[in-house]
Amino acid sequence: MTKERLVVIGNGMAGCRAVQEVLKRDPGRYDITIFGAEPRVNYDRIMLSPVLAGEKSFADIVINDEAWYADNGIDLRAGARVEVIDREARLVRAADGTEAPYDRLILATGSDPIRLPLPGADLAGVVTFRDLDDVEAMIAAAKPGAKAVVIGGGLLGIEAAYGLSKRGMGATVVHLMDVLMERQLDASAGFLLTEALAEKGVETVLEAQSEEILGANGRVSGLRLKDGRVLDCDLLVMAVGIRPNGTLAKAAELEVNRGVVVDDSLRTSDPAIYAIGECVEHRGQCYGLVAPIWEMCRTLGEALTDGEAAYEGSSLSTRLKVSGVDVFSAGKHLGGPGCEDIVFRDAGRGVYKRIVLEEGKVAGAVLFGDASDGGWYFDLMKSGEDVAAFRETLVFGQAATEGLRGLDPSAAVAAMADTAEVCGCNGVCKGEITAAITDQGLTTLESVRAVTKASASCGTCTPLVEKLLKLSLGAAFQVQTGPKPVCGCTHHGHDDVRRRILAEELKSIPAVMQALEWTTPDGCASCRPALNYYLVCAWPGDYRDDRQSRFVNERVHANIQKDGTYSVVPRMWGGVTSADELRAIADVVDKFDIPTVKVTGGQRIDLLGVKKDDLPAVWADLNAAGMVSGHAYAKGLRTVKTCVGTDWCRFGTQDSTGLGVRLEKFMWGSWSPAKVKLAVSGCPRNCAEATCKDIGVICVDSGYEIHVGGAAGLHIKGTEVLAKVATEDEAVWTICAVMQFYREDAWYLERVYKWMERIGLGAIKAAVEDPERRRALYDRFSYSQRFYRVDPWAERVAGRDAHEFNPLSRRMEFA
Amino acid sequence: MNALVKDPIMWTDVGAVTDVPLRGSRRVPTADGDIAIFRTGDGRVFALRDRCPHKGGPLSQGIVHGHAVTCPLHNWSIELATGEAMGADRGKGCAPVVPLEVRDGRLLLGRI
Repeated sequence: MTKERLVVIGNGMAGCRAVQEVLKRDPGRYDITIFGAEPRVNYDRIMLSPVLAGEKSFADIVINDEAWYADNGIDLRAGARVEVIDREARLVRAADGTEAPYDRLILATGSDPIRLPLPGADLAGVVTFRDLDDVEAMIAAAKPGAKAVVIGGGLLGIEAAYGLSKRGMGATVVHLMDVLMERQLDASAGFLLTEALAEKGVETVLEAQSEEILGANGRVSGLRLKDGRVLDCDLLVMAVGIRPNGTLAKAAELEVNRGVVVDDSLRTSDPAIYAIGECVEHRGQCYGLVAPIWEMCRTLGEALTDGEAAYEGSSLSTRLKVSGVDVFSAGKHLGGPGCEDIVFRDAGRGVYKRIVLEEGKVAGAVLFGDASDGGWYFDLMKSGEDVAAFRETLVFGQAATEGLRGLDPSAAVAAMADTAEVCGCNGVCKGEITAAITDQGLTTLESVRAVTKASASCGTCTPLVEKLLKLSLGAAFQVQTGPKPVCGCTHHGHDDVRRRILAEELKSIPAVMQALEWTTPDGCASCRPALNYYLVCAWPGDYRDDRQSRFVNERVHANIQKDGTYSVVPRMWGGVTSADELRAIADVVDKFDIPTVKVTGGQRIDLLGVKKDDLPAVWADLNAAGMVSGHAYAKGLRTVKTCVGTDWCRFGTQDSTGLGVRLEKFMWGSWSPAKVKLAVSGCPRNCAEATCKDIGVICVDSGYEIHVGGAAGLHIKGTEVLAKVATEDEAVWTICAVMQFYREDAWYLERVYKWMERIGLGAIKAAVEDPERRRALYDRFSYSQRFYRVDPWAERVAGRDAHEFNPLSRRMEFA
Repeated sequence: MNALVKDPIMWTDVGAVTDVPLRGSRRVPTADGDIAIFRTGDGRVFALRDRCPHKGGPLSQGIVHGHAVTCPLHNWSIELATGEAMGADRGKGCAPVVPLEVRDGRLLLGRI
């Protein structure tokens, strides 16, 4: 009996693996012919990245050598590109004219890399990253010192950039989105990846749209981005994705959507023809990773040997193959409705883990820095095992979970060996801690910290140390409450956070969250504005303000009202205005139909009920009349209220108006932990009510009394006298120094009087009485003001943050 | 093959996914009030009626964190996937979810 003829189009990983699956089950069943367009044997395409990086050679990644084809009697037609499938005659014809008749045909034509249709895309030195030819072209171009740009910050693009950098090129990844590998990673892991790549010499440009490939003498010389930036390069790699190759199938009039459509037994619309791999569309899904393709091949092996199997789609997991950067992602790594997150960060080791649970089962995971448990989470995810019983230890991985399963947490601590390390920061073992507790009679967390240093640094091991105390002391131990945490996302207090931002030079919110091991992916509405302020204060000029971490009022530079409209308060320096300003305000009120105009307690005019869309136009008119933002919405300097002083008043002792205007012109625009209001009164009759302000000045004949810590809101509190100075200059220096001390030391949302209650008037006095400290504080304030003394209204009139004020679309306005 | 059966909805293209800032929101005015479209830190998008169930505050102006938004008026946190109030306010109200689809990087809002 003659054998059935099995023809495979595609000598890649899928085609050969399918043949192997058939041979494994029924080696003698078919006469097999494989057509391959590349003139090579079958190799492991996913290992091209290590070949590019010089970590492997081509020989290392060959899967099936020539002997395999010969031993199994396979007729390999390498270098023969099939051009026609004749379904009537059941034969295929290659470009070289050779033909092969089939009884069953497998399409394994794979996919093509997407080439962006950019101007200049046909220049020499513009390549994709798909096959060995591409890799060889890249290696040829990779002269040390030369520059490469890779468009596409997905898995392939990053691997390409890393490989080129290993070859000595300067490599830059240009990515359209704001997070690398956004289909696999969340923003936290994406941030860490960006940092890790930078350490390996790969730069990242995010949110960058490519516009044109520039060339000289027919060769690529650079890439121009839409924002006008030009990145010079000698090699440009497009790694923006793949497109299933269905050309042949389409020509043969098989059903093709995005890919060649197959059913659960991988059969196309012609029952004699099957398809597998990246050219396939199964249940609407196309795959570009190897694991699902292996699953398809198994199913097809069964189907072609009369077995019963159905392919039902695959769960996906991804690993980045960059040496020293451990990244794993699987399933619903971004969570979703009804999902909860378990987040673990270990700043010391640069680890971030996010496990997504849904109905008590693992639904997805993102691991960065330590992906060794990726397989375990993926198995838990696929098996759908209920993890409720061990969710406490789940995030610590398989070893910790299996080791501790069934033990209650105290028993687990008791079961720890004396040599087990408890505090990783200071290298303290369990034995040292228990010995210190019993030998020295320690009873509090603080005393354990003082004696052993355990839990004295990052604080992650605090719960463990507390359990040890409890274990040793029994009921005698009372849990101490440490500094109040910033919010539920962290156990760190405000002081801790501020200290470490400076000590470790943390300059972005993700950097702080990683270093201090935040327990949520991107914080909450309490901690994000606090962190943003701490960074603004710590790194003036350096830190890029995160608008999404600001409360709406500070984002749109106006005060939101109960009906969603806004109020606008132009600045009136020291409370002084003019006929021109008042006329301009009146015109704005008429022009924009502003319903309420109100005089405020801080000597300003408040325009209430302005529609959000009108804000930039309102500001433009106020700007035109010389007025700037009054920051009535800011955790920052609000107003300096004054009386008329020596200019007019018969009791005035100094130029209180002048001092108020001077203070306001110097201090406006500064951000602070909470709002700050000032006042300057020209005599002790105190018409400017300076003694209930955050900082107040009472002018007297001999000079200026500087007051601090008053309040007249939720609480009523008179100020305390901080200092008495002789000259106006000294008054300004002292006030700015207090302001800076408050900016640097207070907790976010802590008003000056609350801060003073906490640290004591003495501490503030000490700061401004020491001339060197006062000078240093003043200098830091003045440096910071170089960056923040700008009118946010004018910036927005000029077009900044336009999206904040315009609706996304007006297409649904009229039903 | 398995043709997807769509609800009888009219979809309107209201812009690109990337027009909505990460951890931010944009609003779309309609004849019956604004719709808020949110984009979370991990790149997912959600749409709700732009009215807090508490006192009608514009949720589109709140701080987006995790898969939630905190209303700018009185700090209620609303779960973006369901529109439900979270935490202590759970069960006290809900901002209606609006059908939203992403196709080829475009945001499509549904009208039922």
